[in-house]
Amino acid sequence: MNVAPNTLVGQEIERTEDLRFLTGRGIFTDDYEPAGTLHAAILRSSIAHARIRGIDAAAALKLAGVHAVLTAADIEGVVPTIPLRLAPIKGLERYLQPVIARDKVRYVGEPVAVVLADSRAVAEDALELITLHLDPLPAVPDWRASETDAALLFEENGSNVAVRYSAGFGDIDKAFAQADYTRCETFRAHRHTAAPMETRGLIAEWDAAAGRLTVNGATKVTFFNRRTLAKMMNLAESAIDMIELDVGGGFGVRGEFYPEDFLIPFAARKIDRPVKWIEDRREHLLAINHSREIDCELEIACRRDGTILGLRGKIFGDMGAYVRTNGGVVPAKAAQFLHGPYRIPNIKIDVAAFMTSKTPVGTYRAPGRFEANFFRERLMDMAAHDLGIDPIAFRRKNLITEQELPYSIGQLVPYETATEYDSGDYHAALDRCLQEIGWAEKSPLQGKRVAGRCHGLGLACFVESGGAGPRENARLILETDGNITVNMGSSALGQGLETVFAQIAGDAMALPFDRFRILHGSTTLVDEGFGTYHSRAVVMGGSAILDGAKKLIEAIRSAAATQLGCGSEAVTVQDGQAIGPGGRAVTFAALATTAAKAGQTIRVDGTFANTKRTYSYGAHAAHVAVDPRTGHVEILDYVAVEDVGRAINPAIVHGQAMGALVQGLGGVFLDHLIYDQNAQLLNASFADYLLPTASDFPNIRGVTLQLRPSPSNPLGAKGAGEGGMVAVAAAVGNAVAAALAPLGVNPTELPLTPPRLWRLIEDARTTSRKHAS
Amino acid sequence: MSNTVRTAFVVNGKSAQADVEPRTTLADCLRRDLKLTGTHIGCEHGVCGACTVLIDGEAVRACLTLAVQADGRAITTVEGLPGADPAALGPLQAAFRKHHALQCGFCTPGILTTAHALLSEEPHADAERIREVLSGNLCRCTGYVTIVEAVLEARAAYGGPAYQGGGHHR
Repeated sequence: MNVAPNTLVGQEIERTEDLRFLTGRGIFTDDYEPAGTLHAAILRSSIAHARIRGIDAAAALKLAGVHAVLTAADIEGVVPTIPLRLAPIKGLERYLQPVIARDKVRYVGEPVAVVLADSRAVAEDALELITLHLDPLPAVPDWRASETDAALLFEENGSNVAVRYSAGFGDIDKAFAQADYTRCETFRAHRHTAAPMETRGLIAEWDAAAGRLTVNGATKVTFFNRRTLAKMMNLAESAIDMIELDVGGGFGVRGEFYPEDFLIPFAARKIDRPVKWIEDRREHLLAINHSREIDCELEIACRRDGTILGLRGKIFGDMGAYVRTNGGVVPAKAAQFLHGPYRIPNIKIDVAAFMTSKTPVGTYRAPGRFEANFFRERLMDMAAHDLGIDPIAFRRKNLITEQELPYSIGQLVPYETATEYDSGDYHAALDRCLQEIGWAEKSPLQGKRVAGRCHGLGLACFVESGGAGPRENARLILETDGNITVNMGSSALGQGLETVFAQIAGDAMALPFDRFRILHGSTTLVDEGFGTYHSRAVVMGGSAILDGAKKLIEAIRSAAATQLGCGSEAVTVQDGQAIGPGGRAVTFAALATTAAKAGQTIRVDGTFANTKRTYSYGAHAAHVAVDPRTGHVEILDYVAVEDVGRAINPAIVHGQAMGALVQGLGGVFLDHLIYDQNAQLLNASFADYLLPTASDFPNIRGVTLQLRPSPSNPLGAKGAGEGGMVAVAAAVGNAVAAALAPLGVNPTELPLTPPRLWRLIEDARTTSRKHAS
Repeated sequence: MSNTVRTAFVVNGKSAQADVEPRTTLADCLRRDLKLTGTHIGCEHGVCGACTVLIDGEAVRACLTLAVQADGRAITTVEGLPGADPAALGPLQAAFRKHHALQCGFCTPGILTTAHALLSEEPHADAERIREVLSGNLCRCTGYVTIVEAVLEARAAYGGPAYQGGGHHR
């Protein structure tokens, strides 16, 4: 057998997807509309916590063009709850979300009724005509209010505390007792969300005669969602097709099973018409998963020379009103990733997850990592400063060396087994980052004022997990034109998977890129798929393609052997041909055509199973200038370095890093879901919920390393979607702190908005004046 | 539909008309009545810029423009930009592809129309000016650096300077 020449993987192939996206030919959810479609609009609670006394839809039903108003009363039997998909920590299952509120509402934005009308405009008009009788109950605006249990969100559970657990290893008390130095600080990461540019949407089509349901607009985890929906609607899984259209960004939030993922298919079956629902932006900010809201008390124990002896912490997670599909991922990962890429012999983290009367929390790119790295790296800079050690030297002393890899971090997550960092040269990534930003040359600027602004340099190191199992599948089909269709269980959320998968398949089959057509996401394509999350699509899906290509080559040899009248061991495959003894050749097209004539298809299923995670790693460094008169921070330079093991398409990997980096900077300075004490979201529009624009962060750079391939998959790839984000708050937080250190300012809370920094600067001035007088 | 008004305009060089409610936005009219779904709606309150189209060559937000306001005007959407041909991309689109200036593609139509309007008026726009003008278009995928590079390269096709490279983000 010939060996595939490695010509496509590693190259910056221009993307297949771009041709349709650049010419207005993409088909996003709202671009699809079957004949006879009705439009749904959803009435949502305007009060955070209340008992529902009644819903009067009489006036709405009288409006011309309105076909139905559905409420919980229209669901026979028990209103289904949305199951956990991930992170099923015992106790969380008591706080699941019903697909529509029946007796109580628990957050502003919770669905109460669904209007079906001829147009979306009429449906929205009808919402105004529905009278919702609510008896308000006390709001639970944050975890501190939650912990008192003064107002219970779920009376039957007797507590708002969803779960408490501890994780760790070693002897933490001994470590702290023996330490020369300890310091404890309190940190906070604020609530924000991904805000993909396309809001959510669904079009459900019910075929009453066939008893079949088609849900268009599904993505991310379509097979899980199909399983969930089938159970809720009492249908066989095989009676439901989940169809993935073009997807306008995911970043963790899109594609999970939300209330609407039941309500819209349910409505379509009930009214026996196609039903379309397109979320508006206000609705999106109220309804889609929020993330990141974590408070943390963290304590470090060191020897005098900076050697870390132990890390002890408490994580307080605000889960919002319900535990959705992501379970306890956010607080659990915030706890796990406190460990970071360092040698920490003793660790103990107490985790508590609290229910509050706010929008439920789920994953947003780098869930828990963004927060944990901020907490740990800020504390490490403080420790280094206290001990009189250079922050780089402090990190070098504690950073895990290549000789220590693989490095077990034990079982820091209750629902996972023990895990270990796989491969890498953490010191090399740090060195590269320092060299790129010019740390040595710029370090004289630390804390100095230049033209009125305070300069600072900050640094952070990270590890990042990817490639979650258990499996992924790829179906390869030889078409009668000799091209190959690759059906993927992975979903494409805008990253460029059609391109990347064709590169992998092309090398594996030794065929040009354009001989492959990649189809993805829909449940019609493969028998079983696991989807796209946890930076797993390339690691798992790409590896499944390698297996499928091997099998397809075998199938081709076998088919050719029959035609050529020889044994399959005598057939070689080259350049789209199967060649037998004496150089007699048969083309792929001829083989597929012959098979088709016999009513057969040359088709194989490739699979890849893995329980080991990939751990990418790297370092970020930031150079900032802070204006002490306004609290404004300018990013003068930013370098993100990540070793992804193997970059299938370096341009796409770099694009992931740059996009993640700017999302991360938004999370540091701009994005902030602000609630008042009544648990009302105050900024549910893009006019108030600020996102980075083209003029905010021009000075950013990314370096993709391919130093150490992952040993746990045949591509050697590691997840590459989050490394640009994980350490942004950490590096910027340290840079801002370094800039303002001479003023006595030491920020521990996100976001670093101008008003917050200005207040810290003013407070520090007041304090120092008091000390002076 | 009660109370409709006729609006007639030229879109992408062809005459078009629709009977719309007075409240119907140009974005909804283009997408629903004229099936030009290349124009995307990201916020419906004029912030994200995804719905940007050209009216008589000027970039405007189709979600903040009523369909009736377009009456008698010439509209260009992403489908009608020069070079909007998948078989032969024009210089602007090709530069976006070359520089990986799009990922999910949802904001891209508004960014292309905005960039085309800018370069048609100011082919010498520098990176700072490009960033300033594009600051009215949100993109959540790219971090903007590659978009700026693509627009810098596309300038030459509008009579601007030849592309010198100089992307400092890698």
